[in-house]
Amino acid sequence: MMQFTISRATITSRIAGVFALLLLAVLAAAPWWASSSFLHLAGEFAVYLALATLWNLLAGYTGLVSVGQQAYVGLGGYITFSLALFLGVHPLLAIPLAGLVAALVAIPVASLVFRLAGAYFAIGTWVMAEVFRLIAAQATALGGGSGISLPATVTKELGGKWLREASIFWLALALGAGCLALVYLLLRSRIGLALTAIRDSEVASTSLGIRIGRVKHVLYVLVAGLTAMIGALISLQKLRVSPDAAFSVNDWTAFVIFIVVIGGIGTIEGPIIGTIVYFLLREFLADFGTLYLLFLGTLAIVVMLAAPKGLWGYAAERFGWSLFPVGYRIHFKD
Amino acid sequence: MDLINIVLQGVLVGGLYALFAAGLSLIFGVMRLVNIAHGDLIVLAAYIAMEVIRLSGLPPLLALIFVVPVMAAFGYALQRGILNRTLGGDLLPPLLVSFGLSVILQNGLLAVFTADSRKLDAGVLETASLSFGGLSIGLLPALMFATAVAVIAALQFMFYKTALGRAFRATSDDAEIAELMGLDRRRVYAWAMALCLGVVAIAGVFLAIRSNFDPFMGPGRLIFGFEAVIIGGLGNLWGTLAGGVILGVAQGLGAAIDPGWQILAGHVAFLLILAIKPRGLFPRMDG
Amino acid sequence: MSDGLVVENIESFYGDFKALHGVSLALEPGKVLALIGANGAGKSTLLKSICGLVSPKAGRVTWRGRDITGLRGAQTVALGIALVPEGRRLFKSLSVEENLILGGQIGRSGPWGLQRLYDLFPILQEKRHQPATSLSGGQQQMVAIGRALMSNPDLVLFDELSLGLAPIVIKDIYAQLPKITGQGMSAILVEQDVTRALSAANQFLCLVEGRVSLAGAPQDHSRDAISAAYFGT
Repeated sequence: MMQFTISRATITSRIAGVFALLLLAVLAAAPWWASSSFLHLAGEFAVYLALATLWNLLAGYTGLVSVGQQAYVGLGGYITFSLALFLGVHPLLAIPLAGLVAALVAIPVASLVFRLAGAYFAIGTWVMAEVFRLIAAQATALGGGSGISLPATVTKELGGKWLREASIFWLALALGAGCLALVYLLLRSRIGLALTAIRDSEVASTSLGIRIGRVKHVLYVLVAGLTAMIGALISLQKLRVSPDAAFSVNDWTAFVIFIVVIGGIGTIEGPIIGTIVYFLLREFLADFGTLYLLFLGTLAIVVMLAAPKGLWGYAAERFGWSLFPVGYRIHFKD
Repeated sequence: MDLINIVLQGVLVGGLYALFAAGLSLIFGVMRLVNIAHGDLIVLAAYIAMEVIRLSGLPPLLALIFVVPVMAAFGYALQRGILNRTLGGDLLPPLLVSFGLSVILQNGLLAVFTADSRKLDAGVLETASLSFGGLSIGLLPALMFATAVAVIAALQFMFYKTALGRAFRATSDDAEIAELMGLDRRRVYAWAMALCLGVVAIAGVFLAIRSNFDPFMGPGRLIFGFEAVIIGGLGNLWGTLAGGVILGVAQGLGAAIDPGWQILAGHVAFLLILAIKPRGLFPRMDG
Repeated sequence: MSDGLVVENIESFYGDFKALHGVSLALEPGKVLALIGANGAGKSTLLKSICGLVSPKAGRVTWRGRDITGLRGAQTVALGIALVPEGRRLFKSLSVEENLILGGQIGRSGPWGLQRLYDLFPILQEKRHQPATSLSGGQQQMVAIGRALMSNPDLVLFDELSLGLAPIVIKDIYAQLPKITGQGMSAILVEQDVTRALSAANQFLCLVEGRVSLAGAPQDHSRDAISAAYFGT
C-alpha cells in the first residue's frame, strides 16, 4: 500500500511567511526610523508592486492582457481631485470612493472591450485609456491639458509634513501588501482553481461548468477599482494630476508589464522579484535616460524568448521554490 | 458647403488611416499576430525617409524607391529573427515582445534623432490643389487617397490571384498541412511581414509629408490603424479602407465642433460601432 | 540498404503523451502497407513521424537510403512523401483547383498533373472554382487525395481514408486506389475498416498502445490472429 501525505506549505514558504510579517512590521514603523526620501522610494515601490500584482492577476491568470490599465490609474487620480476640490471630501476618504466609482465605470467599459478577442482586447483597452485621457484634457475645471495641483488648503487636511508623508506611506504599504494578500487568498480559493483552469484551458473549464465570461468580468472590474485606488494614492504622492502623466502608458502600463514579464508572469512571486529588479536597474541606470529604457525593453524581449516564465519561473522550475504555495504537493512514502 | 468640405477632407485623410491599417490587417490575416510596434515602425519609416532624402536629395515620394525595400528587408529579418519565435498557441509572447519592440524603437529614435518634431518637405505638392465646382481638393490628400486605393487593390490582387497570396491563405488556414505542400511557415510569415512593412514605408512617408512627426507618434498611429481595421471588419481589406474613411470623417466633424474633440470623436465613433456591430461593418463571412 | 522506407525503433510524443514506444517497419517500393490498430494506438503519430509533422525523440527513419529523421514537412514532401491527412484538412479559403495547384507547388516531375487528376475524378473539374470545403465529404476526400498526388510522390500516407464517408463513396475511392498505387508508388493505409484495408494491401502492421503487436503479409496470418493482435489480447 502506498502511503502519502498532502501538504500546501513548505519549509521555505513558512520561513517566507514569518519573514514577510516581520518585514511588514519593520516597514510600518519606518516613518519613525527612516528618512523622508526612503519613505518616498518605499512608497513608490509598493505602488509598483501593487500595480504589477494586479496586472499579473489579469494577464497571468485570466489571459486578459490589458495595455490600458493607465485608464484606471488616471481615473483614480482625477476622481480623488474632483471629490476633494468640488465636494470637500477628505483626500484620504476619497481614495476608497475613487476605487468604487472607477469600478462602476469599469462595468460598461468591460462590456465594450470584452467584445474584442485576444490581442485586439489589448489595443481596445488602450483606446479606452486614450478616451479617458482626452476627456480629462477637456476638463477645464481640472486644469485642462496642463493639469492641476492640489491647493494648499486641501493639502493641509492631510496634516503636517511628517503626518502627511507617513500616512501616504502607510497607505502605499497597505495597498501593496493588501493586493498581494488578496491575490494570494484569491488563488487559494475555489475561484483560484477556476482561474488556473481558465488559464490552462478554456475548453476544459467550460466543461467543468465554470462560467468563464462571468469570472473574467468580475475580476476585470475588481482590478479596475483597486488600480484606481492606487491611482488615487499616486495623485496624493505627487499632489498633482495632469492628463499626460496620470494616463501615461509608459509609467503605469509599460513598466508594469516589464516588471511582470521579467519577474515571472502567472506566479505570485514574479511581480515581487520583477519590482525589485526594476528598482535596482532604475537606481543604477536611470542616469542613462533613454538607454535605460532601451535596455529595459531589450531585457523584457530576451526574457520572454529565453525564459518565458521569467526569473522566478525559471528559478522555481530549477529548484522547486515556492514562497506562496497555492497548489498542493503529494509526498510519497515508500 | 462647409459640411461637404469637412466630410471630403475626412474621406481623404481616411486614405492615410487605411494605409496605417492595411499592413496590420494583412499580418493578422496571415498569422494572427497583432504587432504593438506597428505604429512605431511607421514612424521609423518616416525617419529613414528623412535620412534618405538628406543623403540623396531626392524628393520624398521618390525616396520610397529606397525606403520600401529597406523596410521590407527589415520586416523579413524581424520576423525570422524575433517574431517567429513568439508564434504558437499562446497570445502573450507576440504581444509582449512587440510591446518591448515598441519601447525600443521609440527610445532608439529618441536617442538618435532627439525629440524635435520633423517634417518632410514635398514642395508644391503640399500646396497645389484641384478644383471641382466650388470644392477644392488638396493635391496631396488626393494623392494619398489614390495611393491607399491602389495599395489595397494591389494587396487584394496579391492575396487572391497570386501564388504568394495562395501561400498566405493556405498557411493562415492550416499551417501544419501547408508545411506538407512545401510551405515553410517561418518563411511565409517573413514574407508577409516584409510586405506589411513595405506598406508601412508608404504610410510613413505620407505621414511625414502631411504633418510633423516625432519619436513618440507611433502608438497613436497604431490606434488609428487598429480602429480602421475593427470598424471595417477583420479580414476585409476594402472594409479597412471604409473604416479609415469613417474614422477620418468622424475626426473631421469632431474638429469642426472643437479642435480638442478631433481625436476623441474618432475614438467615440469606433466605440459606437464596437457597441452596435462588434464584428465591424463588413465582416468576412467565414470569420 | 533499402530503396524504400525503413523505420527503426522510433519513439514519438503526441504533446506530452508518449505515443510510440519503439516502432519499426520496412516498406519496399510499389508496395501497400495497411496500418491497423484501435483508436489511440499511435497510427496517426507514426504517419506524422514519417512525413515530418512530428519529430521522433529516438530511433531513425530512412527513406531511399537517406536518413530523414526530424526533417520538416516542407522537406519530406520534396523527397517524395505525401500525406492525405485525417479529416482531409483542405484549405478553406482556397478553391478546389487552388488546393490542387498548391499540392503540386514543389514542382516534382512525374505522371500527375491537373488534367490527369480531373480524368481520375471528373467531378472535381466541374467544381474546380468552388471553395474546397463547400463540396460533399467524398468529393473533399478526392481533393485531399488529389492534392497529395499533385506532388508526384513516391510514398503516399493515407490517414483514415474512409472516415465519415458514405459506403458507396468509400467503394468508389477504393476502386480508384489501384490506378493510383499502380504507378510504382508505395502507400501506407490507415483505415478503420480492417477487412477493406487488408484486402487492398500487400503487408500489414498492427499497433497496440504504441507498440507493434503483429506484422506480416495478410495471407500469412489468420483472421483470428490479426483480430487478437488488434485488440491486444
